[in-house]
Amino acid sequence: MSRQGTRLDAKKVNSELFTLTYGALVSQLMKDYDNADDVNKQLERMGYNIGIRLIEDYLARTGTGRCYDFRDTAEKIQAGFRLYLGISPVITNWSSAGDEFSLQFETNPLTEFVELPDNCLGLKYMNVLTGVLRGACEMVQMDVTSWFVQDQLKGDNVTELRVKFIKRLEDAIPAGED
Amino acid sequence: MFADDVLYEFIHSELVNYVTNKKNEDENSKTGDLSPLEYAGFITGFRIIERLTKDWPRFQNELETVKFICTDFWSSVYKKQIDNLRTNHQGVYVLQDNSFRFLNKISGSKQYLEHAPKYVSFTCGLLRGALANLGINCLVTAEIQPMPCCKFHIQVHKGKKIE
Repeated sequence: MSRQGTRLDAKKVNSELFTLTYGALVSQLMKDYDNADDVNKQLERMGYNIGIRLIEDYLARTGTGRCYDFRDTAEKIQAGFRLYLGISPVITNWSSAGDEFSLQFETNPLTEFVELPDNCLGLKYMNVLTGVLRGACEMVQMDVTSWFVQDQLKGDNVTELRVKFIKRLEDAIPAGED
Repeated sequence: MFADDVLYEFIHSELVNYVTNKKNEDENSKTGDLSPLEYAGFITGFRIIERLTKDWPRFQNELETVKFICTDFWSSVYKKQIDNLRTNHQGVYVLQDNSFRFLNKISGSKQYLEHAPKYVSFTCGLLRGALANLGINCLVTAEIQPMPCCKFHIQVHKGKKIE
């Protein structure tokens, strides 16, 4: 092992490795389930598992404090995308009540090599993201839900993820304790 | 700041988790069949190596190819080089990683040794896939002991070279 360092671009290798591993995971799921809805559900569940861990990494890396309001949360979610995927989705389409917004993705490293065959139109390839957001926000006492309204893989111009705030979670005190 | 390497760890552990739980549901077998994991690694390795080596000069021989895997490829994927490479010059290579990335966060005692195989089969597949696309048809197995240390045995199928 004489040569030190590497002549490969480690950053590129890492992001492609992640993309391809995710692709292998989705294709394994498609093989195991006949129904695209079940695959979407499974991806969401995996995303949730990732999200509840990822939030710790995010807080540790960024030293972020409490969110002031949901707009603040939106910006922190955006910062998360920048940190982990190297992309900055646009925050847009706020609802008048300020509890709902959209994230618009023009590019997405995860779908870089992806083309959906005609028989997979029910598949939400990126559904893992909805789980990640739910898991991560739940760990900081927020109940949010999200869903895709547009998807580039299905011919739309942008990919749009709608995020909705449901409620603040209170710390539940175990029964019998005051 | 860019932190996508943790994502690879997370997605890998979800993949492991999914494959092992799925098997438990299906057949009530305890450890189950890890071949979907190995296969996922295989297609990942097969695809990525093609992208990584497209601008590289052709490798001179089998040993050079394996060396490339041990140094450049391994250090981009697992943050360190292979610690020791041994070969009998007849198609058997042993790659030793003294602190394998997917094992070095698991307690080092013997207690969890039985869980270790599921954390290495994806990588066995990754190696097999990468080598297959570089024209080396082989079998990759892993040997773990003691814990964060892992030896990957590559056994090349002679006479079945794909050029």
